[in-house]
Amino acid sequence: MELRNKVVAGEHLTKEEYLRWHRLLFERGWIAPSWPRAFGGCEWSAVRQHIFEEECGLAGAPGIMPFGIRMVAPVIMKFGSAAQQQRFLPRILSGEDWWCQGYSEPGAGSDLASLRTRAERRGGHYLVNGQKTWTTLAHYADWIFCLVRTAREGRPQEGISFLLIDMRSPGVTVRPIIMLDGGHEVNEVWLENVEVPVANLVGEENKGWTYAKYLLGHERTGNAGTGFCRRWLGELKALARLQAGSDGRPLADDWRFRDRITRLEIELMALEVMNLRVLKLEEERHAPGPEASLLKIMGSDLQQALTELTMRALGHDGARAPQAATGRYFNFRKASIYAGSNEIQRNIIARHILGF
Amino acid sequence: MFTLTDEQRQFQESLQRLLRDGYDFDRRRAIAASEAGWSREYWEQLAGLGVLALTLPEAHDGFGGGAVDTFLVMEACGRALLLEPYLATVVMGAGLVARAGSEAQRAAILPAVAAGTRQLAVAVYEPGRRYALDPLVTTAQPLESGGWSLSGAKTHVLNGGSADALIVSARTPRGVSLLRVDAAAGGVQRESYAMYDGQRAATIRFDAVRIGADALLGEEGAAAEAIEYAVDAAIAAVCAEAVGAMSALLETTGQYLKTRKQFGVPIGSFQVLQHRMADMLLATEQARSMAQLAASRLADATREERRRIVSAAKVKVSEAARFVGQEAVQLHGGIGVTDELPASHYFRRLTMIEVAFGDVDHHLGALGALLFD
Ligand SMILES: Cc1cc2nc3c(=O)[nH]c(=O)nc-3n(C[C@H](O)[C@H](O)[C@H](O)COP(=O)(O)OP(=O)(O)OC[C@H]3O[C@@H](n4cnc5c(N)ncnc54)[C@H](O)[C@@H]3O)c2cc1C
Repeated sequence: MELRNKVVAGEHLTKEEYLRWHRLLFERGWIAPSWPRAFGGCEWSAVRQHIFEEECGLAGAPGIMPFGIRMVAPVIMKFGSAAQQQRFLPRILSGEDWWCQGYSEPGAGSDLASLRTRAERRGGHYLVNGQKTWTTLAHYADWIFCLVRTAREGRPQEGISFLLIDMRSPGVTVRPIIMLDGGHEVNEVWLENVEVPVANLVGEENKGWTYAKYLLGHERTGNAGTGFCRRWLGELKALARLQAGSDGRPLADDWRFRDRITRLEIELMALEVMNLRVLKLEEERHAPGPEASLLKIMGSDLQQALTELTMRALGHDGARAPQAATGRYFNFRKASIYAGSNEIQRNIIARHILGF
Repeated sequence: MFTLTDEQRQFQESLQRLLRDGYDFDRRRAIAASEAGWSREYWEQLAGLGVLALTLPEAHDGFGGGAVDTFLVMEACGRALLLEPYLATVVMGAGLVARAGSEAQRAAILPAVAAGTRQLAVAVYEPGRRYALDPLVTTAQPLESGGWSLSGAKTHVLNGGSADALIVSARTPRGVSLLRVDAAAGGVQRESYAMYDGQRAATIRFDAVRIGADALLGEEGAAAEAIEYAVDAAIAAVCAEAVGAMSALLETTGQYLKTRKQFGVPIGSFQVLQHRMADMLLATEQARSMAQLAASRLADATREERRRIVSAAKVKVSEAARFVGQEAVQLHGGIGVTDELPASHYFRRLTMIEVAFGDVDHHLGALGALLFD
């Protein structure tokens, strides 16, 4: 309950708070809706997973961090060894291990394949050197899954490998990056002569790009966020009824503002249907496709429109820091940048749907 | 739109130099994090250069400059993301004293403002009343002794925590009046807070504050027009500031696009980003046109004309500020949403300007009423 209040108030959660919800779901057997039963998941249909997520978002439940359950776990299940599956999957389920995503580097953002973090084979281990950045909640993490360069020949995509690295290894340093709302959620992760056992290589050496793309498909699908958008919209309507306009009447009585909210209601309706259509397609195809890019763009656009209008509902009262609505407005400018920027998503749509 | 005299151009150059050299990003960050949120040393430099005196009347140690000069200063403030309370003290406070005050009040206040030894704040907005300008909860009762007893609350008082004197709008028996209140007077309770752009404002409570008869600015009950003018002047000023901030943001974003490489080329070589920059330039230049119009007509337009122009300018500039701010962040990618580069600082200041002195919807309503009612 107090957790819910914190989520609804838009406050940053501590690691312990995220984990409290994680363990609750784990105990109910609901922590991994998409996983096969063999690995301890629910094996729900895509639509059922979607309904579950919608309800969680709507109710103001803390997000389940995607890095373990939705990102690295599917890769380990599909490409990892039996030993890796036994070692890592149960700890992801229980919340014992917190994972973070080590893809981006200062020089490799949209152009991920140009990444330069090196891993050199030295007998039974790799020696890893380089820098990752924008690593979400790395300061909470026990493990990081990293894309590293293991070969320089051929196309850049061909020399990349997928390594699992213990954050407690000597040579791993985490430095905070402060966001424009003053919050700390992303980090730089420096890797200096970090020794990683060869047993932590997922799949084959130099095949990491295939695994990374497999993972990115999963990352994008989850990003429409219609559940929490519906909650935000409800909060915005409540705020408009409470917040007085300059004439003393509630903002909700001001047709100009009311229209702005109504438009977002329509956007959300359209997105909810879109979400279901894409889910259906993916279910038929048994794989995410380029339509995920549509959801990423529409979802982030709506999140940004909602946070913007909520900030605007406050008028100049929103100027005073800290203020959840204004902080969220600034913070959610990230939504059109992370998980593949919206420009990159449009490039994907142009290439893979329109066929340019 | 307006052409500058040689003198104005020289002044603009020296001001921009001072702000560029003395007010780099790290220095500004340190000032923003300090207790007061502005630097006295810097304020004295501005006084020394004559910036504070520029628009004050010649009779009171000023140079007699007008709204175009204010435009120049504010545009430079926008470029530098200046934190010092020029808007509150000079544009709003001194502007109001010069316009509504008696000769004695001007002589007591304006030379000290010009010299940089006195700071002002104008308190017109009230808690929970959004952008309403007529005082409702703040009232001043005449005392038998001849002075006033002031009670009530104000909020969004820019520089309210640091000002030596407050100019407060209050309801009095004859209507809306303005009163000058010593910030240190008994019964004045100030709660200063930081805004998202690092600037400071305050919520101020007045509990039976006793003030002298000479504290009344202008005639009792006849202050509504002066208040409206002061806010319009402030709007014209922040429009100029926003134009300065947008221009600087365009430059730094353009620079970033030319140096940041992805896929082996500068990201500025992607046509889709070039077009975004072109749209940002269009928005900035439209905003500049409207900001110049507001500055050039502020003083000589009729009341209704002025209101129309100022509301139109605020709508146009606010929308441009939001668009340019958001796009600049987007074009920077991840680094754009951090505290590390100037881009997000410009974006935050532009957002605060967007919601200050009436947001888009407020001024759409005000202008619409003037056009149709
Ligand atoms: C809050 C946040 C959390 C993140 N979390 C993680 C994480 O946990 N792990 C991780 O690995 N990464 C993470 N990221 C990184 C994210 O994936 C990158 O920021 C993103 O890929 C963009 O890269 P960049 O920041 O280097 O921007 P750049 O690639 O430099 O892009 C700058 C601008 O250029 C545009 N652009 C680039 N290429 C093209 C093109 N070909 N055509 C048109 N436009 C183009 C972009 O859209 C953008 O507007 C996070 C980012 C943010 C903001």
